[in-house]
Amino acid sequence: MESKFYEKDKLLVFKITEEIDDHSVQKIRRKADYEIERFMPKRVVFDFNCVTFMDSAGIGLLVGRYKFANLLGAKLEVTNLTQSVNKIFEMSGILRLIPITTLEESIA
Amino acid sequence: MEEHFENEMNLEFISKSANEAFARISVAAFASQLDPTIEELADIKTAVSEAVTNCIIHGYENEFGVVKIHAKLNQNKIIVEISDNGKGIENIQLAKEPLYTTKPNLERSGMGFTIMESFMDSVDIESIVGVGTKVTMSKKIKKEETNQEELSQMTSMP
Repeated sequence: MESKFYEKDKLLVFKITEEIDDHSVQKIRRKADYEIERFMPKRVVFDFNCVTFMDSAGIGLLVGRYKFANLLGAKLEVTNLTQSVNKIFEMSGILRLIPITTLEESIA
Repeated sequence: MEEHFENEMNLEFISKSANEAFARISVAAFASQLDPTIEELADIKTAVSEAVTNCIIHGYENEFGVVKIHAKLNQNKIIVEISDNGKGIENIQLAKEPLYTTKPNLERSGMGFTIMESFMDSVDIESIVGVGTKVTMSKKIKKEETNQEELSQMTSMP
């Protein structure tokens, strides 16, 4: 997972590059929480453009980060959902909580 | 009547979460003999990943154990049995409920069985407390949709 913080917009973007399962979320979770606490962003966006696989561990990951970001006053959003990722999110109802967004050209 | 299976495979590995990817990719490679669509293959991978994760986290509670996969191909259908000799499920009906999880502290979503049931045609769970759990799933690969155009595209691929 790559991350980038945009100081001016207080925007933290996580670009997930690995397959998301119970194994990989452990590392993603640690890194995401560390960076959210470090940068104290107003907006946190998870970019799924490079995600080729995701199972229900991805739902747990996002709900957990949603709660953590909320606690620190940040808003959580997702972007570039692939078809298979979208299928899992739709099923879970998580998109009622976490909106889909698009990143400006300069950022994405 | 004795059933005749066109192909079968067995896989055994220890209950390490690093093996979740190995398991789903292996079953997908085996299933690819039925010429599934990318979406059907993704469905199988996801369902296998959920079942294997259950064995590791719930069956063995991250302790050492062996996860077994037995997969069969019969005409255009794949049948996958995934089993463990772990702690077993006390209440299968409850375990199948969407959002129900015994491990919310591990950020588990409680969607595992719901995903298996919606991505596969059938999901059967057998479990004995203290003995283990076996999940049997099947999915029919629909071939009709492959039209001539798609076929010629596939054959022209490098």
